[in-house]
Amino acid sequence: MADSVNFHFDIDGDNFTSAGEASVMIKKLLRQMEFSPDVIRRVSVAMYEGEINMVIHANGGTADVNVFCDRIEIVLKDNGPGIADVRLAMQEGYSTAPDNIRSLGFGAGMGLPNMKRYTDDMRIESEVGRGTTIYMTVNV
Amino acid sequence: MKIRRIAELLEAEVLCGEENLDGEVHSACGCDMMSDVLAFVKEQAVLITGLCNPQVVRTAEMMDMRCIVFVRGKIPPREVIELADEAGIVVLATNERMYVACGMLYQCGLSGGSFLNG
Ligand SMILES: Nc1ncnc2c1ncn2[C@@H]1O[C@H](COP(=O)(O)OP(=O)(O)O)[C@@H](O)[C@H]1O
Ligand SMILES: [Mg+2]
Repeated sequence: MADSVNFHFDIDGDNFTSAGEASVMIKKLLRQMEFSPDVIRRVSVAMYEGEINMVIHANGGTADVNVFCDRIEIVLKDNGPGIADVRLAMQEGYSTAPDNIRSLGFGAGMGLPNMKRYTDDMRIESEVGRGTTIYMTVNV
Repeated sequence: MKIRRIAELLEAEVLCGEENLDGEVHSACGCDMMSDVLAFVKEQAVLITGLCNPQVVRTAEMMDMRCIVFVRGKIPPREVIELADEAGIVVLATNERMYVACGMLYQCGLSGGSFLNG
């Protein structure tokens, strides 16, 4: 058996309606692979928040999920505006989301903190004007 | 409490998931901020909300919730109902407002449950 199983998704940046489809798909795949409900929820929620962020803040991107027996790695990559101050962005309640996003139920500044909370490791690489890559790991 | 009972109490219309109306649920969450649902929900199986977009369904699905109640007489677009149907989630629509809907269910024994992260 291979070391890991890999899934790749393109996240459409123009479509708030479809945001989250990749995370729903991953949730189904992990269920078929018989991971525990807790692991499945942590992976899918962290990925979902990241997916939403790529759509509302970065005009889309890609998501790669690498499933190992002992851990699941998620890499979210975009070529959006980047995050100038990552520490500030990580604070609960900090958000630059516009009001129309808030009226859809997002933009409370809880996304990045949620991603951190649900994963065992999270690393953000971001360059203003170039984009953002977020690496997350959930241990099984 | 059976989901069917929620529909009766709120005089709600069942928009999808008829086959799951006999499912038992024990606690609920009333919320319009989806990130809060994603942060705090633990075992709450019912989401009561005033929002009607597809992300409400995906959020409920992420948290393994079984029933969504749309308040204030809002009927979500068909694609939203279809998403919920695919996910096996019961969708109810009631004319009650958020505060009243939550109050009625709480009074009849549907608790707030315990939450993650305080
Ligand atoms: N992929 C991204 N590209 C650019 N900026 C981002 C990205 N993700 C998050 N941000 C910035 O970090 C802030 C906080 O993100 P988050 O905690 O998810 O809150 P919210 O999405 O509700 O604003 C965002 O408002 C935005 O300014
Ligand atoms: Mg966010």
